[in-house]
Amino acid sequence: MKRLAVLLPVLLLLAASMVGQDQIRTGIGVGGERIRIAVPDFATATQDASVAPLNKTFNEVLFNDLSAAGIFDVASRSFYPMGNFAAPQDIKLDAWSATPVKASMVAFGNLGVSNGTMQVQGWLFDTKSPQNPQVLAKQYREQAIDGNARLIAHKFADEIIFRLGGGINGIAESKIFFISTRSGHKEVWAMDYDGAAQHPITHLGSISLSPRVSPDNSRVAFSSFYKGGPNISVYSLELGRMLNFPAFGGTNLSPAWSSDGAHLAFSSSRSGDPEIYVCDANGGNLKRLTQVHGPDVSPVWNPRTNSQIAWVSGRSGLPRIYMMDSDGGNVQKLVDNGYAVSPAWSPNGQYLAFAWIRHYGPGAPGNSDIYIMDVVSKHWIQLTHDGGHNDSPSWSPDGRHIVYQSTRGGGEQIWTMLADGSQQTQLTFGSSNTQPNWSWK
Amino acid sequence: MVLTLAAVAVVGGCKKKVAPPVPPTAPPPPQPKATLTVSPSSLTRGGSASLAWTTSDATSVKIDEIGTVSASGSQSVSPADSTTYHLTATGPGGSAEATARLTVVEPPPPPAPPVATESDAELFARSVKDIYFDYDRYDLRTGDATAVNENAAFFKEHPSIKFTIEGHCDERGSTEYNLALGDNRANAARTALINAGVPASQVKVVSFGKEKPFCTESNEDCWQQNRRDHFVYGQQ
Repeated sequence: MKRLAVLLPVLLLLAASMVGQDQIRTGIGVGGERIRIAVPDFATATQDASVAPLNKTFNEVLFNDLSAAGIFDVASRSFYPMGNFAAPQDIKLDAWSATPVKASMVAFGNLGVSNGTMQVQGWLFDTKSPQNPQVLAKQYREQAIDGNARLIAHKFADEIIFRLGGGINGIAESKIFFISTRSGHKEVWAMDYDGAAQHPITHLGSISLSPRVSPDNSRVAFSSFYKGGPNISVYSLELGRMLNFPAFGGTNLSPAWSSDGAHLAFSSSRSGDPEIYVCDANGGNLKRLTQVHGPDVSPVWNPRTNSQIAWVSGRSGLPRIYMMDSDGGNVQKLVDNGYAVSPAWSPNGQYLAFAWIRHYGPGAPGNSDIYIMDVVSKHWIQLTHDGGHNDSPSWSPDGRHIVYQSTRGGGEQIWTMLADGSQQTQLTFGSSNTQPNWSWK
Repeated sequence: MVLTLAAVAVVGGCKKKVAPPVPPTAPPPPQPKATLTVSPSSLTRGGSASLAWTTSDATSVKIDEIGTVSASGSQSVSPADSTTYHLTATGPGGSAEATARLTVVEPPPPPAPPVATESDAELFARSVKDIYFDYDRYDLRTGDATAVNENAAFFKEHPSIKFTIEGHCDERGSTEYNLALGDNRANAARTALINAGVPASQVKVVSFGKEKPFCTESNEDCWQQNRRDHFVYGQQ
């Protein structure tokens, strides 16, 4: 295992010195550099009294989505030309491409409300293509409420990110599931990817842990003590209730969906020792994969192939990260020192994010930080350096972001960052919020 | 019990043939007579009995335990211990005595004085010891062998007691790994008890990882408190 000598190409953000395959730069024509984009406030298109607050929400969310995307350098608004930029005829490309804005792209448009319906028109123009500047033109119509202003902004941001980000879907409409104690019990909660709209999913009045949303966003699997246990439990987001799932006996932990949604891997001590098992999504066809005494927990599938599983084992003492074929064969150790837990496989199958106390032992009370490792080369880099205990990483569906929990601000709270460790952003405040899980889409 | 003692009157008689006739004198005063009874003759401590007496030809009647009394009468008595009442009747013709014994028995052991028939749960709490672990370990410490053996002996003596072993961990490390580690800790004790002859049906295990700490400070004393197998009476 070696420290990553080269920066991870998937991250894009470290473009200049990156080598190796490029999965994100393809098609965007600007090398690995961030695309400089200007996002003037959308104009108000009607006089309706409700326009102003809706437009304020829309503008904040769009600006934030593009800033957070990890592929843009969003030009400061203080550099923008004066004026109202409601439609293509309002845009002078020179004014946006010149110093100080120096934007390659400009996103603009207008928002209006009439008869309770909000209508948004949005454009994306390439300032370097005066002959044919229009990259995108979109129109949205929704009931005029704040949540929809937020939703439309996310949709428009995702269109821009998809178009300029190498054809990878944006994450502005994705969700993060997590555990919160703010009701007095550990329940499953969900929120938008930017921390908005935090709301409880379960009301079991017990201890629920390790939420994992299914790839189709229809169910959340987790581990709960609500029927004794702890047992693997599945909540239907479509039906709004718990689904039947077998109780296997013993301690059942850390469910993980295969990327096709057909299988769950998890830890069960039904034999008297925590081992890794897989079963069908409904709990059938239970199969044991590991046979070695000691804690085995936290399995994750390689989402590209579903043919490998990484997990945490204490078979040699301290917890370390291992990998095996999904039939239990070909076991290899990926991390063989320190205290390494909570693996999360990147959507492209190339990296594992995990929590690691690298310098571990008496007299070396190292922090638990988030790392990522290339599973083939076993090169790794450290992403968090800011103190506190950092754990439970989970990848965004575009592979550009990682959500995790950290105590750096005091209690346990949920943060996001780009997959190179930059743009650390706290999403939750108050109570204890842990074990975030980013949706698959 | 009635004891009646009659004084014996000695009738002087002399068979001498010749005796100068004695001038007749007044007949001697009659000998007193006395009876003393107690009913019932036996009671439990704290109860009472009736002491009754009659006398005749007496001028002074006295019961030692009471004092001077009237010639005949009755009185309620409630002695703490068995007592023999002694009556003396004295008159010009002499004296007579009577006694009556009242037996006092110990009360039966007070009906279940809260000499707690200790419940199984209380007995369990007093007898069964929790077991502690080193950091990130789930093997039983050699120093805990005594506790494990004593627990095993207790469970074998009380085969009707079912119990749960809760595996607990300190706050450090991941939630998921600690739950698996806690399960190994609970099962380590379960295996040791079963190897010592405790029926498997008596034992259930559950892991709480670091979800239910006994102590919430972040220091080694507290962490050691939390790295334990906690034995709980009953099974949920």
